[in-house]
Amino acid sequence: MQKRSIVPIVYILFLMLPIYWLVAMSFKTTNEILSGFSLFPQTFTLENYKVIFTDPTWYWGYINSILYVSINTVISVCVALPAAYAFSRYRFLGDKQLFFWLLTNRMAPAAVFALPFFQLYSAVGLFDTHLAVALAHCLFNIPLAVWILEGFMGGVPKELDETAYVDGYSFPRFFVSIFLPAIKAGVGVAAFFCFMFSWVELLLAKTLTAVAAKPIAATMTKTASSAGYELGLLAAAGTLTIIPGAIVIYFVRNYIAKGFAMGRV
Amino acid sequence: MKTENQKAWFFVLPVLLLVAFNALIPMMTVVNYSVQETFGDNVFFWQGLDWFEQILRSDRFHAALGRQFLFTFLILIIEVPLGIAIALSMPRQGFWVPVCLVLMALPMLIPWNVVGAMWNIFTLPDIGLLGYFLNHTLGINYDMTQDPIAAWVTIVTMDVWHWTSLVVLLSYAGLVSIPDAYYQAAKIDGASNWSVFRYIQLPKMKTVLTIAILLRFMDSFNIYTEPFVLTGGGPGNSTTLLSIDLVKIALGQFDLGPAAAMSLIYFAITLLVSWLFYTLMTKDDQN
Repeated sequence: MQKRSIVPIVYILFLMLPIYWLVAMSFKTTNEILSGFSLFPQTFTLENYKVIFTDPTWYWGYINSILYVSINTVISVCVALPAAYAFSRYRFLGDKQLFFWLLTNRMAPAAVFALPFFQLYSAVGLFDTHLAVALAHCLFNIPLAVWILEGFMGGVPKELDETAYVDGYSFPRFFVSIFLPAIKAGVGVAAFFCFMFSWVELLLAKTLTAVAAKPIAATMTKTASSAGYELGLLAAAGTLTIIPGAIVIYFVRNYIAKGFAMGRV
Repeated sequence: MKTENQKAWFFVLPVLLLVAFNALIPMMTVVNYSVQETFGDNVFFWQGLDWFEQILRSDRFHAALGRQFLFTFLILIIEVPLGIAIALSMPRQGFWVPVCLVLMALPMLIPWNVVGAMWNIFTLPDIGLLGYFLNHTLGINYDMTQDPIAAWVTIVTMDVWHWTSLVVLLSYAGLVSIPDAYYQAAKIDGASNWSVFRYIQLPKMKTVLTIAILLRFMDSFNIYTEPFVLTGGGPGNSTTLLSIDLVKIALGQFDLGPAAAMSLIYFAITLLVSWLFYTLMTKDDQN
């Protein structure tokens, strides 16, 4: 162990402390939490988790969240692929302006759009569906996916395309069987980022849903206010929202540093 | 070299339609509201630019904007140097690299309101880990629901906890792309640690740092959920950032006109500052 590894260790400890506290709380009874401070759960209980897994309003929250996040990830990556290819391979009228305009959509505060989004999706009859949230999250996920994929595609030499045409490949066949495998790391990273930003966003998801597609994070806020202050239950629900992210991040661990650099280092 | 091909528009079309549907229609709704007055029942009156004038002159807007700039300034001044320092001290290869990266990325994957709730539980004066430690072990009187300074320290610490890893991961990606030969050359020349950083590492991190600073600016300037869940804008109005104030006006008081005008001013400021950052940071590339 070198001396300088102290810095990352201290930093990771700092990151883990609030997470530890949330997890520890989730194994405590509400009585224990309110009766005073204890570093470890004294009366270890799984009661909080049992409530979540047996009450449909709780576990449907998770299913809803995972559903719209998955739909959003699939849509974003699928439409971003051809667009990113166009930006990385061709010059066309207004390409730079279009690219910049796409990126500005990441700068719009979601708070600005909450009410108009509600009206728009009510008007087209999609209010309170998974598709509505998935489509709304496209606003900031598609530009990001295009940006990341364009970076990765730029790293693939153009000779690959030309050789394939000379060999008589049609464009769709070339794209699926040669080009996609060449940038599969980029597709993984783009999908990861779409998943991440759709999973953590709540303001739009909450605005666009009422009952049928309500995300887990919204269930948490409503339960917190209606059932008094059930800290243990809240902590258990919070702990469970960390797990999908942790699983996804484990799969892309080797690409993640590269993905954050948008393949543009 | 890219080839000129107008048919490429067909490739971009699906993206264009989906993003335009989500961006242009709501934006037009906002523009509509911003120039009209309504008393409900879908009856609207032309109002011209009055709302804009009213917002730009209101003390409340100036105060929220000031708090917003202070918050973003603190975030950038803390997270960027800290993130670079942590990235520099991370191991370059080996078993611990993926472990570090996964653990560091974890806070970014937690839903934003859970982040707020988590920090709320963490800082409760008598039963939260941090709150208990500060109040009972160190004897500092800490209660962020009463003390504006404590509330500010808490939301800034929470954001540092939440997002410093983004700067770390981006800087780290820039660092690992530097070939070993550069370091060997620096060693032969007898370069100090500082000059290695200044003339080798910093220039190599420039692209990714530009992305990091831009993303951190945009996201901290638009931050809503985490501070709202943690402090609700209080105590008083001390942590009412711009977007919290905006939601209060739009959904709390249902003043659609002023809220829409404020949204547009807000968006314009974000765009302008992002553009300034971008031009300043990429200026050297053109020379």
